[in-house]
Amino acid sequence: MSEVLLDAEAVSRAIRRMASEIVEATKGGAALALVGVRRGGVELTEKLREAIAAQEGRVVPTGLVDIALYRDDAATALPDPKIGPSVVPFHPEGMDVVLVDDVLQTGRTVRAAIDCLLDHGRPRRVWLAVLLDRGGRELPVAADFVGRRVEVPEGARVHVSFGEDPKATLEIARSV
Amino acid sequence: MRGFRSPHLLDIASLGRQDILQVLDAAEVFFEVSRRPVRKVPTLRGKTVINLFYEASTRTRTSFEIAAKRLSADAVNMSVSTSSVSKGESLYDTCKTLEAMHPDLVIIRHQASGAPHYVASKLRCGVVNAGDGMHAHPTQALLDAFTIRRAKGTLEGLSIAIVGDIAHSRVARSNAVLLRSFGCDVRVVGPRTLVPPRFAEAFDVRAFDRLEPALEGADVVMCLRIQRERLSAALLPSLREYSRTFGIGAAQLALAKPDAIVMHPGPMNRGVEISAEVADGPRSVVLDQVEAGVAVRMAVLYLLAGEAERPGVEAEGAA
Repeated sequence: MSEVLLDAEAVSRAIRRMASEIVEATKGGAALALVGVRRGGVELTEKLREAIAAQEGRVVPTGLVDIALYRDDAATALPDPKIGPSVVPFHPEGMDVVLVDDVLQTGRTVRAAIDCLLDHGRPRRVWLAVLLDRGGRELPVAADFVGRRVEVPEGARVHVSFGEDPKATLEIARSV
Repeated sequence: MRGFRSPHLLDIASLGRQDILQVLDAAEVFFEVSRRPVRKVPTLRGKTVINLFYEASTRTRTSFEIAAKRLSADAVNMSVSTSSVSKGESLYDTCKTLEAMHPDLVIIRHQASGAPHYVASKLRCGVVNAGDGMHAHPTQALLDAFTIRRAKGTLEGLSIAIVGDIAHSRVARSNAVLLRSFGCDVRVVGPRTLVPPRFAEAFDVRAFDRLEPALEGADVVMCLRIQRERLSAALLPSLREYSRTFGIGAAQLALAKPDAIVMHPGPMNRGVEISAEVADGPRSVVLDQVEAGVAVRMAVLYLLAGEAERPGVEAEGAA
């Protein structure tokens, strides 16, 4: 069973709304930077940057963090050969940094991403933007900017794609 | 592709090209970590790494120690002069004693070729060879490969001259094996007494006893340290003569490609195997090698310290 949670139109509307919320919350975004969480947050970061540029006529700095080395199970999990570099090409000191990810569930990835970001410097404030908050938190983490909130049962899969036809779909394995 | 194939890193010969590339790619990530304001990641928290050094070494031991600490592992150093080895304990008993302390990884340097293999067969934890006798020094070859790849953009098909005391050099052996597996033209050159007659055949490289043909068109000139502690007067009568015939100065470097880089595993004997002018010159990557050493050793510790029995939890969103 597959259900479309956000179709192309809803995705682009959500991104435009999140972009203006981000600019408003950061008081015009003078010290704003976006940092995507690899790899799900990378494309959304780019979309948000485009949307903010379209609204404000200004390109905000972006970066990305790879959380593989910061996972709370990093030492016991199999080493993931796909670990990638974190790239924070600006000094986070004094900035409003918005962490960006496609889906928020347990909050563990966000916890790891915050730790990684702080190792690059000390932002004034860290915010969190996600396209889809599916519930199921295991840590006290909340998003500041959300495309859509929907309670998704544990075990169901949520796919977000930003290709030709951006959408978020929900797949629930048929119970026997 | 999952994890690293072996729980140990004992020599380059037991690695495949994919393993080598996996280490180098992971090292790129750790290279970036070492340039952050906070040069430490929590990845190996709670893991214990023991440095067991039977042979004098400051830089390799320090490099491993920094690598472990930047990964948040607990690093403990045991050196021969302070351990019970000097009281007569056998390698077997040292292994058993170490095992009782439940380390996750043991880094060993030993003057006897094969000692790390023996230790690996006795311990249940992972073992990393930090240099054994004249046999192998795999992390040196990996950090050299990392440095070469960064400078040249690739490892494939380069011409590399290894100059000096080939006979006693584990660095030369490990580098020859690694570079040949990437199709490099590896030339070894040194006095006849210091290049074993069957070396070229055994390692599938070209051997020379004169610098000129060995350096001609080389992309990389790798100097080896003249290991005075391993050399008798019969093998090397005079340092001055060696320096005149095989030392790398500006004139010798001019024989290699115009963009050739010069490497040295350290510590350098300035004025013997390498002139101060070349060592401090723009084509020297000696200090890049030191920086690469920490990144490559972090990659090795990271890849070996993971436990296979627990699968990785899938990333958020994918679950």
